[in-house]
Amino acid sequence: MATVNGRVRKFEDNIDTDTITPGNILHLPMEELKQHVFSPVSADYYKTIQPGDIIVAGHNFGCGSSREQATAVVKELGIAYIVCESMARIYFRNCIALGVYPIMSPGASGIFSEGDPISIDLDGGKVVNPKTKESTQFEPLSGTPKEILDSGGILPLIKKIAKASA
Amino acid sequence: MTIVEKILARASGNTSVAPHQYVTARIDVAMMPENFRLVKTILDKAGIKEEEFKIWDPDKLFVLLDHRVPPFSVETAENQKISRQLASKIGVKNFYDVFPGVCHQVMIDKIHAYPGALIVGADSHTTTYGAMNAAATGIGASEMVYVILTGELWFRVPETIKFVVDGELPDHVSSKDIILYVAGKYGTDVAQYKAIEWTGTAVDEMSLDARLTMGNMSVELGAKFGLFKADEKTMDFVVSRTDKKFEPVEPDADARYAETHTIKAADLEPQLALPHSVGNVKSAADAKGIKIDQAVIASCCHGRIEDLQIAADMLTGKKVFPGVRFYVAPASYDVYREAIDQGLIGKLIDAGVMIGNPSCGFCTGFQGVLTKGEKCIAAVPRNFKGRMGSPDAEIYLASAATVTASAIKGEITDPREVM
Repeated sequence: MATVNGRVRKFEDNIDTDTITPGNILHLPMEELKQHVFSPVSADYYKTIQPGDIIVAGHNFGCGSSREQATAVVKELGIAYIVCESMARIYFRNCIALGVYPIMSPGASGIFSEGDPISIDLDGGKVVNPKTKESTQFEPLSGTPKEILDSGGILPLIKKIAKASA
Repeated sequence: MTIVEKILARASGNTSVAPHQYVTARIDVAMMPENFRLVKTILDKAGIKEEEFKIWDPDKLFVLLDHRVPPFSVETAENQKISRQLASKIGVKNFYDVFPGVCHQVMIDKIHAYPGALIVGADSHTTTYGAMNAAATGIGASEMVYVILTGELWFRVPETIKFVVDGELPDHVSSKDIILYVAGKYGTDVAQYKAIEWTGTAVDEMSLDARLTMGNMSVELGAKFGLFKADEKTMDFVVSRTDKKFEPVEPDADARYAETHTIKAADLEPQLALPHSVGNVKSAADAKGIKIDQAVIASCCHGRIEDLQIAADMLTGKKVFPGVRFYVAPASYDVYREAIDQGLIGKLIDAGVMIGNPSCGFCTGFQGVLTKGEKCIAAVPRNFKGRMGSPDAEIYLASAATVTASAIKGEITDPREVM
């Protein structure tokens, strides 16, 4: 299948969950939360996001808190893929649980600039910059995380089990 | 096998497991702090009625309201009300309302986190319980809903890194300085997807309180688990608080480690993490002289009795520097009670410290908020940009001793200068 294309939204190393969703607004409903995404980076960042955008970040993306709003808000804004050098563990789990595809591809952050086009070959494990023709590799998801992501995240599983035991 | 391999093998019904293997493990304890209200949001989204939602084992689930305590807005009060109503409707047996304190400290105080257990918590600092010899780690709210329903969760068995901290720590250098040193030297992703075992004679010598700080901040090194052996100190603490029996887990002599790093405790100095990353570390002496507006000792990382003793001792006969706001919040009401009994609270107040109530507030920007341009030195686990309020404020992480020394001098100070 699957090649996905999008526009690169570039971030540095160590983008933490307070940067994605600041703690002091976490109690707000999702519609308001969205307006604060990445606000420590730039106040109105959310206005620049288009559905289909793809995050390309450095090392340790999503480090910090377990708050899954930091993953949910990204998904709600239409970002379905995050490419990074490495991803913090809880953020990775939250991506799987909420249906955002995490792609850890060493070297990827070096071949993209903000706004570049990006093409991802999900089965072949390749991230390409169509503008420069540069590419990097990644290991496609497998095992339990792949199964959960393919079934649309953990919510459908929860629903199935709850309804079966009710 | 390493400690985590043994615990995951036992919990997944296997005689042995190896790194990178996927297992489904039975959860011994599940902890959800104030974000419990998200369970309601998730159930609503899934179209599951509350009466359809059964807790797999009510004895094993703990829910605690702790982050926004007391609530600071109508929305936060409403969210807590949602949590209370949900807890009542689905029959949460172990529900702690606003009183007992920061979730992790309460889990320790009440021995809900115990040696040999596999524990998940909907909070990243769940790794704290590693100091109790529990394999404990953070997960998100949706996965927690899955755990509450099924009592199990998938894990990829992590590799283990061993840190050996040998020798004697110099005076006024503490476990916080060890973990900041490691973050600075090895990076905040040194243990990404991995477990850490903290060992060595310096670890053997330190108090349980001190180990809890390192278990807590293991997640700041990317770790999935930050484990310690249960020794006499651990078991004395457990036995003093419960009659229940537990089985501590030791690594095998031939356990395999992905990496082993040795640190000489005697070489360490008081450390400081500069804004805005836990890995941006210098010695406190090298950052000397930076003027501060605020000092904090609080949170699941500090706010324990040993931290309060250090602050009270250093402040005896001294005052907080004029114009500096120094907030100290005991991590729980058990700690608070003991601090009162030991006369620590009086000493702190006399020196000009404001005592905060046990909660996560001072670390997370819900209490003691910073405005732009302000600088705060804090004994807490994180210094992310904007975490305590304005993104244009600066947070410096340090030990209780370095924070107190800096509060006395009004500027970042090596604690050995004021002793």
